[in-house]
Amino acid sequence: MSATFIGMPGNFPQNSKKAVQNSQLRFNLRKATHTIRGKRASVVGELPDWQELRAAGKAIKDHTLHHLDRYLLQLEEAVTRAGGTVHWARDAAEANRIVTDLVKATGETEVVKVKSMATQEIELNQALAAHGITAYETDLAELIVQLGDDFPSHILVPAIHRNRSEIREIFLDKMPHVTPDLTDDPPALAEAARLHLRERFLRSKVAISGANFMVAETGTLVVLESEGNGRMCLTLPETLISVVGIEKLLPSWRDLEVFLQLLPRSSTGERMNPYTSMWTGATEGQDFHLVLLDNGRTDVLADEVGRQALRCIRCSACLNVCPVYERAGGHAYGSVYPGPIGAILTPQLRGMSSELDASLPFASSLCGACYEACPVAIDIPEVLVDLRAKAPHAAAERAGMKVAGWILNDHQRLAKAQRAATRVRKLVPKRLPGPLSAWTDTRDIPEIPEESFRDWWERNERA
Amino acid sequence: MSAREEILARVRKAVAGAGDVEIPRRYRTERQVEDLVGLFAERVDDYRAIVHVVPAAGLAAKIDECLGERRMIVPDGFDRAGGWDDLDTADGVITNCAVGIAETGTIVLDHGPGQGTRAQTLVPDYHLCVVRADQIVAGVPEAVARLDPSRPLTWISGPSATSDIELNRVEGVHGPRTLEVVIST
Ligand code: SF4
Repeated sequence: MSATFIGMPGNFPQNSKKAVQNSQLRFNLRKATHTIRGKRASVVGELPDWQELRAAGKAIKDHTLHHLDRYLLQLEEAVTRAGGTVHWARDAAEANRIVTDLVKATGETEVVKVKSMATQEIELNQALAAHGITAYETDLAELIVQLGDDFPSHILVPAIHRNRSEIREIFLDKMPHVTPDLTDDPPALAEAARLHLRERFLRSKVAISGANFMVAETGTLVVLESEGNGRMCLTLPETLISVVGIEKLLPSWRDLEVFLQLLPRSSTGERMNPYTSMWTGATEGQDFHLVLLDNGRTDVLADEVGRQALRCIRCSACLNVCPVYERAGGHAYGSVYPGPIGAILTPQLRGMSSELDASLPFASSLCGACYEACPVAIDIPEVLVDLRAKAPHAAAERAGMKVAGWILNDHQRLAKAQRAATRVRKLVPKRLPGPLSAWTDTRDIPEIPEESFRDWWERNERA
Repeated sequence: MSAREEILARVRKAVAGAGDVEIPRRYRTERQVEDLVGLFAERVDDYRAIVHVVPAAGLAAKIDECLGERRMIVPDGFDRAGGWDDLDTADGVITNCAVGIAETGTIVLDHGPGQGTRAQTLVPDYHLCVVRADQIVAGVPEAVARLDPSRPLTWISGPSATSDIELNRVEGVHGPRTLEVVIST
């Protein structure tokens, strides 16, 4: 991918202004988020112990974070014992250097990649390209994004901002074997991608992945996916390099029983994702390298309120319920982590010195839907309010923050405020008058739902 | 200071004084399912896989019927050094499994005897998996407890699928387009 988030102009309000004017984007996003949300609610409803699983998931992650040094060392020992090699990277530059050297040592100039947000975060593809190494994305959506010289816009369905005819155009333009008789039928497009990638999978000697989980006790890495491109990359090449954030640890093998229930149901709304691969060290004759990535994570860990963002398992449930994300789209957040989680994680990882990063804690209506949906119970509104206090910001936003802080201090008050808003929803104008019109010109006033999210949740999810 | 020492030092400084967290495990770790085979078959079928339930005595005939004229890979004796060519041209692969999970309709391969390598169950377009009734457990916790983490593990829930084009589910982007499961009772 030659495109990069670095240097993306503006701030969240400016970016979202552009996005709300793009009706295709808003249509796709609305359809996607509502579809996944509905599926999720139904499979979550199947598990009577969902709240207990959520409490366990939260506690396991917090426990791990509080003893992260011990578990990292245990993981290193287990991976090494199983024939793998562990590398440590303080920041993006160091991680990129390690991976580049590992690839160079194989003599290869092409690598295949499994969808991984950590490698997007450190802009590994660009770093490899600077050394003459081409990295090929193999997830269908990532492939569409890469061939379209574009940015991902959703954690789970990164190309959701594209429609089928745009995808056909991209394939026609960028895939050598594709001819103009290719239709824009999804199965035909998927088949074109299958042909395009198959030979590459069978030929590639080096693969790069991330991981959803690492188990300290056993040294096992876990990758969840749907298409099988992950399995292709993880099993066929001779050398496998996994770049994983240090927060992805779980202490024990048993802990997977919690997260393999929480993640698929929260993310795609399925009882289980089609494929999950687990491997421990060098497996079936492969050469295995694990690069443990800090890149700002220890700074997040040092913040007592903000560290809960490190519990995130990247399921994207918070995106799908967020009224701001639904209208603004993923690109407006200017980082690989969009939506509510991006609004708290990105400014913590990168600091708030840029205009964009300082604007992210304000990219929320503080409605609390993200917190309710989060399978590891990250209190995103709490972190947003905390970050707002720390951000350099304008007087108006300072005032808004005070009100939000006052409401959020007391959950009863929040519930009341939401219910009060529900009652007056018919009276809310589409556009605010006077000096505030600048605000509504760049934002749609979110429709106030007929029922507050809390009420809906009580009714639907606690059953 | 090495990167390793520096990251560990940063972690220790960041969490100094952070209290311990107790892990509440009040979720279900065992559950009663009356008809394990029935639930497993129903959930596998939900993924648009093909499912058959047959008594052990009828297994061989059922397998013959499923396979028809296909050229199959039979795991034991496969030689990785031979490259991937034969893998890519075979019509399918037939395997056993380690565990089946009723609640999620998942089969888990630990690539032990009769289960081939990870590549053998991936590259061919058709996968026929034979599951014995006594390998089926109720839920994910029971499966995790049965599995050996030192082995490579592949969890399979339905055939390969993508929803990346306007959220339309399309089967078989890279993995087998057809998953057929025969449960022998
Ligand atoms: S913050 Fe929670 S809901 Fe959002 S992606 Fe992370 S784990 Fe999922």
